[in-house]
Amino acid sequence: MKYSNTRATLAIAKASFRSILRSPSAVVFSLAFPLIFILVFANIGGGGVKVDVGVVKGTDTLSIIYKAIQKTTIVNLVTDQTAEEMKQNLSKGSLDAIINIKTDGNNGWTIYPPSAGRPQKSPFAIDVQYTSSSQKGSILKSVLSNIIYQINEVFQKQVDGKLGVFSPVELKETIVTGREYKYIDFILPGQLGFSLLSSGVFGTAFVFIGLRLTLVIKRFFATPVKRYSIVLGEAIARIVFSLLGALFIIMVGHYAFGFTLIHGVVTVLNMLVLCAIGLIIFMGFGFTISGIAKNESTVPPLSNIITLPQFLLSGTFFSITAFPTWLQYVSNALPLTHLNNAMRKVAFEGAGLGDVTHQLFILLIWGIGIYAVAVKTFKWE
Amino acid sequence: MANKPIITVKNLVKNYGDFEAVKGISFEVYEGEIFGLLGPNGAGKTTTLEIIETLRNKTSGEVTVDGFDIETDADNIKKRIGVQLQAAGYYPNLNLAELIVLFSGLYGIDKSPTEMLEKVALTDKAKAKYKDLSGGQKQRFSIATTLINNPRIIFLDEPTTGLDPQARRNLWDLIREIRDTGTTVVITTHYMDEAEVLCDRVAFVDGGHIIGIDTPDHFIDQLVATGFERAKQTKGANLEDVFINLTGKEWRES
Repeated sequence: MKYSNTRATLAIAKASFRSILRSPSAVVFSLAFPLIFILVFANIGGGGVKVDVGVVKGTDTLSIIYKAIQKTTIVNLVTDQTAEEMKQNLSKGSLDAIINIKTDGNNGWTIYPPSAGRPQKSPFAIDVQYTSSSQKGSILKSVLSNIIYQINEVFQKQVDGKLGVFSPVELKETIVTGREYKYIDFILPGQLGFSLLSSGVFGTAFVFIGLRLTLVIKRFFATPVKRYSIVLGEAIARIVFSLLGALFIIMVGHYAFGFTLIHGVVTVLNMLVLCAIGLIIFMGFGFTISGIAKNESTVPPLSNIITLPQFLLSGTFFSITAFPTWLQYVSNALPLTHLNNAMRKVAFEGAGLGDVTHQLFILLIWGIGIYAVAVKTFKWE
Repeated sequence: MANKPIITVKNLVKNYGDFEAVKGISFEVYEGEIFGLLGPNGAGKTTTLEIIETLRNKTSGEVTVDGFDIETDADNIKKRIGVQLQAAGYYPNLNLAELIVLFSGLYGIDKSPTEMLEKVALTDKAKAKYKDLSGGQKQRFSIATTLINNPRIIFLDEPTTGLDPQARRNLWDLIREIRDTGTTVVITTHYMDEAEVLCDRVAFVDGGHIIGIDTPDHFIDQLVATGFERAKQTKGANLEDVFINLTGKEWRES
């Protein structure tokens, strides 16, 4: 019977895959951590700016002004605090403002007699207290003045009837319906990239140094198996595991947090191809570390040297445009930055792999570089 | 025994840098025998074994295994031998049955885990992890992995080190069974009582040289013939006999 290298490779891939599934650290790093980060950041970053406004007891919650404020998405009305609590929270800055809306008498403005004679007194009085400990007061200010302007304008028309009074400035607002770029659209690709980086670097380094030190590889060499089968089998197992993990994260992101997948399945497939490319490059770092490290306890510090800077500088949590220019140069040199960028383009902008050739090219350069080093440093025994 | 050589080693030399580990040794192993390589630590036993197993390159000399040269036919030799390494581990997180499946794949042979585990009486441990086995069970499992490819020769490097007397005897029985099915066994050990009862022939290795090859009986007779006497008169039994007698021959599983 002819000896089959493919069969030996697949036997190793199968064994390695089983082993990964049973190793708690692999599952925690590849699935649990990214999901926890996504859960946390998707919720705190969710709706952008929120202005917390305390509502004084006795405010006319039926008034048109209150309802208009309620409708705006950026104002969060707090109604369950006592006057004392509100005062304290305002001075601490955990409330951005306190509002009190009074209506004159029982008359809503709509049934206010549109008589020729104007009312002597404003039908509404809004009492707002801002605080110096929060910057968001000005946001509320502009929200309120916008509401007041609209109400005043309508009121004016009603009162003046057909007298033809023109507003000096007419504001015309239109909202363009577009795709909402949610924070999940930013955070998920970053987490996916980082999960691949950890799995590729830590996972590969630990597995190979372990197999080497426990003489598992030496025992393999006493069988007809080829060296490339061992590396290839391990790589296949890790890629399959990571792609399943990535698919799971994308699905959770999409269905639970509304992660945008422009072209649906095609987008997912493009993302998985990017994941595989990224993982193969990151595994090169793992091979190198397994060769340099003397024993298993030197693997984590060496791996952290590779992963931590990229964790912070590659736009995993926030855009690198927030960095000073000199730091952006560093960020733009890191492979994870380009994987993340490519992933976001594919997922949110609907780009195909042909549209991210710039990113792929930089990843390719990293791949060639790191595997050149890995070949030199890798040790079998 | 027909005394047909299955392994031939001629003037084998192995240098590690300036250090000569093996200094030109020659010997033959006959088909169907249990051959013992004996000698102190650092004598070059393991190095010699690993060169024959194609795991290490020789510096010079000639080695043929079942008619194949280790230099040109390493792949064919690997298919015909079974190797148990000193202190080797197994793939992490897999149970014994899964490890047998893995090795079957590496050898490109279809063997059921049950069949292999039966040979070494470990069928009830099929779902156990290697690291959870007792010393004797570990060695028996290692031997099972060497038998997967129906080898012509198996190499066992100190298989009984660290085992209790019962487990040791149990392993001897297993090794004899393997020999009786026609497989040649090459073994290293530090226990001379073991070599005496188990090996058909032994070679003494010291300082990278072979200083004698013969059957254990011949070696002992020769020494006695020189007028050698033990300092202490041998009794009809020794302390190990007492141990076995008191604790029973039955091998314990844990």
